[in-house]
Formats: sequence, C-alpha cells, structure tokens
Amino acid sequence: MVQYTFAFDQCDSVDPQQLGGKCAGLVALTAAGIPVPPGFAVTSQAYAEFLAVDGLDCRLESLLRRLGSTDLRGAEAVSAEMRSAILEQMLPPDVEAAIRVAFAQLAAHCGGEVPVAVRSSATAEDLPDASFAGQQDTYLWVCGVDAVLQGVRRCWASLFNARAIIYRANHGITQRDVFMAVGVQKMVNARVAGVAMTLDPGNGDRSKIVVDANWGVGELVVSGEITPDNYVVDKVMLTPVRCRIAEKRKMLVPDREARRLTRRIVPPAQRAVPCLTPDELVTVARLAKAAERHYRTPQDIEWAIDADLPAGDNVVLLQSRPETVWSRKSPPAPAGSAHGHGVSSIAATLIAPLTR
Amino acid sequence: MMPHLPKTRFPSPYDVRPPPGAEGWEKLYPYFLTFQPSMRELDEGKFWFCDGQHWPNVFRPFETITVEFACKCLGQYNTRHLLVPSANGVEYRILNGYCYMSPVAVDPSQIEARMPHFIERAGCYFQNWDRLLENWNRKVRSTIAELEAIAFKPLPPVVPIEDVRGGVGLDPTFELLANYDRAIQGVYRQWQYHFEFLNLGYAAYLDFFNYCKQAFPDIADQAIAKMVQGIDMELFRPDEQLKALAKRAIELGISEEISQGSAQSVFETLRASEAGRSWLVAWETAQEPWFNFTSGNGFYASDKYWIEHPGIPLGYVRDYVVRLLRGETIDRDVAAVRAERDRITVEYGESLDEEARAVFEAKLELARQVYPYVENHNFYIEHWSMSIFWRKMRELSRVLQREGFWADAEDMFYISRDELRQVLFDYASVWAVGVKPVGPSYWPAEIARRRKIVQALSSVRPQPALNQPPLVITEPFTIMLWGITSERINAWLGGGGKSDILNGMPASPGTVEGLARVVSTTDDLDLLQEGEILVATVIAPSWGPVFGKIRATVTDIGGMMSHAAIVCREYGLPAVTGTGSATSRIKTGQRIRVNGTSGEVTLIQ
Repeated sequence: MVQYTFAFDQCDSVDPQQLGGKCAGLVALTAAGIPVPPGFAVTSQAYAEFLAVDGLDCRLESLLRRLGSTDLRGAEAVSAEMRSAILEQMLPPDVEAAIRVAFAQLAAHCGGEVPVAVRSSATAEDLPDASFAGQQDTYLWVCGVDAVLQGVRRCWASLFNARAIIYRANHGITQRDVFMAVGVQKMVNARVAGVAMTLDPGNGDRSKIVVDANWGVGELVVSGEITPDNYVVDKVMLTPVRCRIAEKRKMLVPDREARRLTRRIVPPAQRAVPCLTPDELVTVARLAKAAERHYRTPQDIEWAIDADLPAGDNVVLLQSRPETVWSRKSPPAPAGSAHGHGVSSIAATLIAPLTR
Repeated sequence: MMPHLPKTRFPSPYDVRPPPGAEGWEKLYPYFLTFQPSMRELDEGKFWFCDGQHWPNVFRPFETITVEFACKCLGQYNTRHLLVPSANGVEYRILNGYCYMSPVAVDPSQIEARMPHFIERAGCYFQNWDRLLENWNRKVRSTIAELEAIAFKPLPPVVPIEDVRGGVGLDPTFELLANYDRAIQGVYRQWQYHFEFLNLGYAAYLDFFNYCKQAFPDIADQAIAKMVQGIDMELFRPDEQLKALAKRAIELGISEEISQGSAQSVFETLRASEAGRSWLVAWETAQEPWFNFTSGNGFYASDKYWIEHPGIPLGYVRDYVVRLLRGETIDRDVAAVRAERDRITVEYGESLDEEARAVFEAKLELARQVYPYVENHNFYIEHWSMSIFWRKMRELSRVLQREGFWADAEDMFYISRDELRQVLFDYASVWAVGVKPVGPSYWPAEIARRRKIVQALSSVRPQPALNQPPLVITEPFTIMLWGITSERINAWLGGGGKSDILNGMPASPGTVEGLARVVSTTDDLDLLQEGEILVATVIAPSWGPVFGKIRATVTDIGGMMSHAAIVCREYGLPAVTGTGSATSRIKTGQRIRVNGTSGEVTLIQ
C-alpha cells in the first residue's frame, strides 16, 4: 500500500525524492538524534496522484500552452488560473485520509491539537533561486485539519507562480519534471529558547558549548535586544562550567488566539531565576553537540523547549548554521611549556605556578 | 556586638596551648619534630598546614617513624637525587601530637641552575621507565623477603652448645639487636624506594594537567584525571580477590557456612567438608600477598591488616555474597570505564588543531605510562611492606611483654624507636649480667603516663594550619596532593560561605542526596548501612569494598589525586574532598546533598 505521509521520526529509510529537500533534512536530523519540532511529510507521490485526479494535469497542460512568450503580465494571468485550478481541486480520498490520520497522531503526541506550520518541500532542483518556485512558501499558525489540507494545496499551487513557469518554459522543463512534498510541523510553543555555539566565542576553545537563553521564544536573544542567561558547558563531559544569570525583563511568547508572537513583561519573581535547569542545560548542550557532529564543523544553533511536548522530548532544534568566526582559524595555542613534551616540558611545568 | 570578621591568619605554633592533661607532650617526640623555642622567629615565618590526609590521628611515639621516613625520603628525591627545579622537600613538625607540613621552595636564583641537572637526572628515569621500574620491583620484593625472614624470639637461657662448639663467639643478643636494626633499615629502604618514581609520576601528570588547563580553559580536574587514570591497577587486586572468593563460595555451595560467626569458627567448619577445604585453598592463595592490606593507610601501628584480622576481609566477602545472591553485579565495569576514558580522550583531542593534538597525545602517553606507579607503589610499601613491619614489631613487643617490660603488646608503641633500642640493650645486658632488667620497673608507669597524654591530645582536633598563609597558593604539589588551595585556606579561616553549605574539591562527579554516616575510625566502617553517604576525615583506598555499599563520600582532607578521589571515580560515586570540617559539621543520620561536580555539600536538615 502506498503511504502518503511519514512522521519525521519514522521515515529514515524513505527515498528523499518522496520527502523533498526540506523534509529530508528534518528527517536526517531526527535520525541523528537531533530532535526538531515534530511533524510529518506529505510525499511527492501524494502530489503526483493529486495531479491525476479529474484530469487536473491535462487542464494544467492546456493552460500552460497558452503561455506565449516571456511576457510577464500574460504569465501572471496563466499562473493565476493554474493556481486556482489546484486550490479548487479535491484531494484524492486516500491522500486526504492519510493527512487526517497523521495530523491526529501529531495532536496526540502534543497533548491536543496544536497550530502547525505548513511548508513546501520541493524535490526538483530546477531553479537557481529556489524562492521563485515557491520552495520557501511557509504558512504559519495553521489551525485545524481543514486548514492544513488547504495549506498543502497552497504549497503545491506555489509551484506555478509566474516566474517559475516562465523559467521552466525557457529551459524546456516540463511540469511533469517537477514534484513537491509538503511538511507539516508543529509551531513551537517555546517556554524557554535561545542560541548555542559549539565553541567558546570568547577564546575559540572548542571543548566548550556556550548557551544563551531567555524565557519565551528566542528572537530577543538572537536580536540582542535583551541580556540572556549565559551558560558554559564542557562539551566532552557535558557538565556545567559556569553561568551568569541575567535579570530577564522582557520575553516574546506565542499567542495562539492572535496567531502571532507577543511581547510580555517577565513577572518579577521569574526575572532572576535561571531559565534552564541543570538537566535542561545539558540537554541543550547535547543537542548542539549532536548538530556539530552531524555537520562536522562547529555550529551556531537556535533551540527551544516546547511547553506542549513531554519532558525528555521537549528540547528541539530550530536552526543550525556553521560557526564562521573561530572555525576558520586554529584554536589559540596553549602558552608556556605547552609546546614541547618530555622532560624539558615537565621541568618548565614545575617552575610555572599552578593557576586554576 | 562586634561584627564577625574573617580571620586573616592562623595561630602561631608557639601560642597554641596543649589541652588539659597533655602538658609535657613535647618530650614524647624527638627534639627535631617539635617547634623549638630557639627557632621561634624562623618557624613563625613559615606557613604550616596540618597533614591530616596522611596522619589524621595523634602519633604514639614509635609511630613517628612513618612521617620521619616518608618526609625525609620525599625530600631526598626532590633535593638531592633529581634536583627538582622548583621544589625541595617538605618540612615536618608535630604540634600537640598532630603532623604539620611546610613545603620548601627553591631559592628563585637557583632554579635556572638546577634545570639541566633535573633534565639529565629525570630524563634517565623517563627514558628507561619500564626497565627501571622492573628493577624497582625486584629491589622492593627482595626487601620484603628480608623483612619477612626476620624473627624475634626470647633469649635462650644459655648460648646453644653448637655455637660454643663452632667457636661463634657471639651471643643471641647480637642477633636480636641486629634483627631490630635490620627491620628499621628494611623499612627505611622501602621508604626511599617509595619516592624513587613517585615525584616523577606526579610531575608527568602535572605536565599533562597544566597543558589541559591551558588548552581547555576551565576543564574540570576530574576530567583530566579520568583521561590518565589506570584501569587494571594492582591496588584494586585485593578487592578483586574478595569478589572472586564470594563467587567461589556460591559455586561451591558454602555461602551459608561462611555467612556468620568469627573467622576462626568459619574456617573450622569449612575444614570439615570437601567444598569448604577447596574454598580455603582459594582463600590462602589470595592471601599472599593480597591480604597484606590495611584498612588504614599503613602509617599507624594500630592499622589492621587483613592478613592478621581475617574477620575484615571475610566480612567484605559476606557482603559480596549477599549482593550476588540478590542478583547484583559486583564487578567493576572495566569495559565501560575504558570506553568512557577513550571517549573523553578522543573528544578533547578533537577540539584541538593537529599540532596541538600531537602535543596533547604525547603528554598523555607519558602521563599514562608513569601514572600507574602513583597508585600501585602504595600496595608494595604502605600495604605489603608496612604489614610485615608492624607484624614483626608486634612480635618483638610480645617477647618483651613476656619479660615484663609492659603488660600489653600495644604498649611498646608508646616508646620511640630509639628508646626501644635502649630497651633491647637493657634486655640484652641484664641477660648477660644475669640479673633482672630495669625496664619492667620503669616502663609500665611511664607508658601509662604517656597514654594519658596521647588520650588528652586526641580529645581535641588540630588547628588546620599555623601562621600567616601566603596570599595565593600556586605550588603545584601542594595543590594537587594535599588539596591546599587559597579557597580552602579562606574556608578554614571562616571567610564567607553559607552555614548550611560546605565547600571542597569536586573530586568525582555526580550529585546524590542521602543520610550521612560519620566514620572516625576504621572500626566504625561496620556501622555503614547500604545507601548511606560516607563522611570521614580521610578515606583509605583499602576501604574499597565499602564503596559498593555507599552512595557518595565527603572528606575533611584530600585533593584531586587523593586515594579517596581516585577510588570514587573508579566506582562512579560522587565525592567532595578537602572540605576541612565535614566530620565536625555533619552528624550521622543527617540528610545531606553531595555535588561532586561543583564540590558543594549541602546540609539539608
């Protein structure tokens, strides 16, 4: 039986072509022990079967034939018709049923129905700038399964924006060459969030992980608008080295009803409280360490602790980028006796005061 | 009310009064071991700390032999054999019965000149480590055999007729005095060997330690220790013998027979059955040399060696049997310890660039090569050699006891080793002259007087240190071996620190909460209940078998490389060492939290 959806943590053996670039990345991270916000992929096979319903592919073909030249205005008109054809088309019953089941399972894991992000996850690397193809299309705060189904169609429709169809026409790429999977991922309900680097930015020491954290989502930490708690963890032993707890006055928290983030004043009693427990700190550090191992170079990550997820499963990676400042140079060489070894180095060590 | 200000200095040894009843204690010890009034100015200019890590109890006069030989021999290697550039020996004194130490730095103007000598001399050892260590092993075992061969017997009524016929021309007192001298010399030789490799072992460790501190700023001491630490150490062998005996008892179906009664009665019962006899063979095989193992540290005549007190190892075997029958695993997970050590090493190495990694690996290799000695020598000297020495001394004491010099075999330790030589001459002389010895009418009263003084001294805990401490402590050995740091000294002076928190060295990571058991002597170990937290002045490595029972340890004294720290890391138990006052601040039964990662002990109720 064909499977049209795959949860991110249950599909490490699925053909990446079925998942699209975005979802395949999330699946690979999950498989590497780097949890991301939970969710599922709607496969490109689902898209293929959607095109076959009621001759939708033929209708799209005939609309495309009207595309005369590279006239952008004409293309806009064609594009609009193609997209509305997609948005009005019912999903194949099997595909729709699969999405409903996957969404219900996600809700169960999160202790109830939660808002999700619906993201396109294209399979064709056909455009130099992916955003032309709507590959970056993301719909946030999508609530309820009907809205999710519509979000999936909107992602598929985004394949046919005007510039994309012109590009494909000019390069002889047919629409049959292009497929798109869709990712449905839980919106993070961050209780605490921040950034972490897999080296000490102060001195380039790669045996440390440095974590900045604030209440709520991490944007205020990233933008530098507030002074976060700052923790240093030994990367090898995963033990706390030191921390500086900040007076945290502001936070940005998700507002479900308004479907956006909202700025709040941190209650006075919470301001000087460390926003990570020792266990949570170690879990964040472990996450950063796993990301570094996965990408084989020091990383700069964004992470969050999701209030909706069960403890032990609630620290998630939002973003991981290579660290660029220290990674390009060698770590600073230890001073003094450190260069040599053997007895002369030992002699030098003995006359050096032991500083701790 | 006066505000409470932290003190900035410790009392002068010249101002510390003895406790009531201990007046005149100075005369119990040789003149050079006490603070002499004529040396006041010089000795007050030095900082002394109490070495309760090695000598937690008041010395009886004979027992000063251990600190005299140990410190003298430590010094000779730094000062005269190896010319360690920065450090000479450690001065030592006794105040109110307790041991104080003051490391002696080298005059900075001479450090440079000592360098080439050190490099040449230490180089000989580092380059020929394995060969010289093999040689060391031979020397030490040969002295052990010599010590073991010594026998003290009462003087016979007459010179044997064979000696007359053979024209020997010497009497048995000659052999008696020679045997005593041989015993003292033998143990003196072992203490010289004790330090032959030790300081070098620590130096190589320190070199790696310092490198790690620079390459990975703020790396935990225990992470460094874990990378170096040996895995199959001779020091763990006695405990492993007990585990093997426990398993054998279950195999042979005699766990019931050994489960209660004195060691003697158990052995009696076992001799009656085939299975019992074959277990006894295993016991006897394990005994030599592994039961030459003390529950203390070898520095006191009162140390109980397993070989003389079979009830101690038998008790541990019983505990192991109980745990095995409950289905527990009693073996150390050597593979896991090794895998963790390898993981840590690889990961720290990976955070260095190639050039630095090569240096890191070379230093680590040397540290790992030399480090096992740092642990294993302990078995050969403190355990095995001292076991024989104390046993032979008690044999001698019993000879003199029978002659009426004293009433109890333990009494002899209230006289110094030089006085004992006089006693032996007293015995020899009157034997020759044909009259009664003087000793029996002199020593019993004198020993009783001395015992009272030692009791009075023992009733008070020592001052942690004396005189003005240095502004900062940077001398590597002081920090590493004794755990004496500037923070420790400030804690002793009462500066800062919340009243329900004790700070010490984070010696073995992890956090646990539980009930405390304060153990002041080895005998109290029997009181330990499963799951308690062991709180002691100092912990001997030979308490090994109790480590399977407890959840954490806290000590007054000791650094990162103290035996307690090493054993706890091996057993994966949290440990905080060198708190200074845990045994006086914590009460048995009190709930405490031990954080071996931060070095904090919290008194909960």
